[in-house]
Amino acid sequence: MSRRHQRILAYTIRHLYLYKRSLPRLMEILYWPVLDLLVWGFVTVYLSRQEGAVPGFVTFFIGALILWDLLFRSQQGISVSFLEDVWSRNLLNIFVSPLSATEYILSLLFLSTIKLVLTATVMVTLAWLLYAFNIFALGFTLVPLVLNLIVMGWAIGILTTSLILRFGQEAEVLAWGVALLFQPVSAVFYPVEVLPWFLRAIANYIPAAHVFEGMRFVLNTGQFPAREVAAAAALNIVYIALSVFFFYWNFKVVRRKGLLAKVGE
Amino acid sequence: MSAIVEVRGLTKVFNRQKKAVDGISFEMREGEILGLIGPNGAGKTTTLQMLLGLTTPTSGEIRVFGLDINIRREEILRQVNFSSSYISLPYSLTVEENLTVFSRLYGVSDRKERIRELLTVFEIIDIKDTPTRRLSSGQITRVCLCKALLNRPRVLFLDEPTASLDPDMADKTRSLLKKIKEEEGLSILYTSHNMKEMEEMCDRVIFMDKGRIIAAGDPGSILREFGGRTLEEVFIKIARPGK
Repeated sequence: MSRRHQRILAYTIRHLYLYKRSLPRLMEILYWPVLDLLVWGFVTVYLSRQEGAVPGFVTFFIGALILWDLLFRSQQGISVSFLEDVWSRNLLNIFVSPLSATEYILSLLFLSTIKLVLTATVMVTLAWLLYAFNIFALGFTLVPLVLNLIVMGWAIGILTTSLILRFGQEAEVLAWGVALLFQPVSAVFYPVEVLPWFLRAIANYIPAAHVFEGMRFVLNTGQFPAREVAAAAALNIVYIALSVFFFYWNFKVVRRKGLLAKVGE
Repeated sequence: MSAIVEVRGLTKVFNRQKKAVDGISFEMREGEILGLIGPNGAGKTTTLQMLLGLTTPTSGEIRVFGLDINIRREEILRQVNFSSSYISLPYSLTVEENLTVFSRLYGVSDRKERIRELLTVFEIIDIKDTPTRRLSSGQITRVCLCKALLNRPRVLFLDEPTASLDPDMADKTRSLLKKIKEEEGLSILYTSHNMKEMEEMCDRVIFMDKGRIIAAGDPGSILREFGGRTLEEVFIKIARPGK
């Protein structure tokens, strides 16, 4: 294993130790997704039994709920992991080690993927047991849809991490708030067409909006939503590149302003 | 002794007006303990941060092992380490887990043996399975010092390393650091507000005030230059120039 890989693995292990030992941290991965699924899942079942309910309402809603959670957790996998080191005053130890900024980002992405697999496994199993909802009914389409949501979550995670580095712990609320800012225009639980024209215009530039439109398309028609997947992927390429560029630029600014040590102490 | 750290014309200006470090130059020789002292706001911390690559200098040059810190940062950081009483380690991890993570980050090959050796030397082998959150501040300081020595660094940066230790453990730590320095030829850059400690530990000291070096040399020559009996007296003379 190269030195670079060993450092990426080391930083990932640092967080895995944490989840092995800390029940509250483990609950963060499982508790909220499960609670969301229980509350909103049963609300959905109830509403679907009312007269005039939209056909396939349960499928749309629970599918959307699981997919949105994947985006949210992939973002949190980055920004909350970064905050762990701020909270434990360990950030300076990390940044004076040979771990480079690139390796740091790569280990956060790796960590986010591990957390996602855990969360997704629990949610998918629970949805199948409680609501007989099989997300794999989406077939192969599920793969590009999920990948697009994960990459969008990473882009938001890298952006919020950069902002916390720059503005300190006062900005840590962003780790929980920024992804939710995108929810109304992501058309998670309703089609984009219900949005007013100005929000529809914004939704065009949100990868998640294309993913959820794609999900509804495949559930309605059984066909692959090529246009939506391509649009989401193109936007994600731009956003992930911009977020990484912003991170490096911001890292330079933070070092120039001497803020790295202040966030770390 | 050859220079292991070379600083030339180092300047740091914050917000285009506040000059925290003002064109300082100095060398750190192989195997010496160099003390950085001065009143609050003298520029010690900013200098230390620039030496570790945490803060970018406005101008000037820093070379460690002859390499430019801004270009060969990773290569340099593999061979140096840092400890401060103002930082900590992840609270939920045990002592051994924390040291395992850092030994992997620094690419230490004999991880288990090295961790055991350091925990024994610092007399904390009995708490290796204890989560860091349950340790006293003195124990955390010792774990941080173990972390700082894991990679057998050639240069060690210590920011007030004994600030949270009781007198007995502080004395043991100083003796230990001197022993490691003698045995392994370790070079240490040391900051502390404890002037007695600086006199005892340092081969040379650099006195900083308002971002500049106002005196440098072995503690004896500094005392002669400023006409003081102790470094503390000299410190007070510098901090209160009217007295």
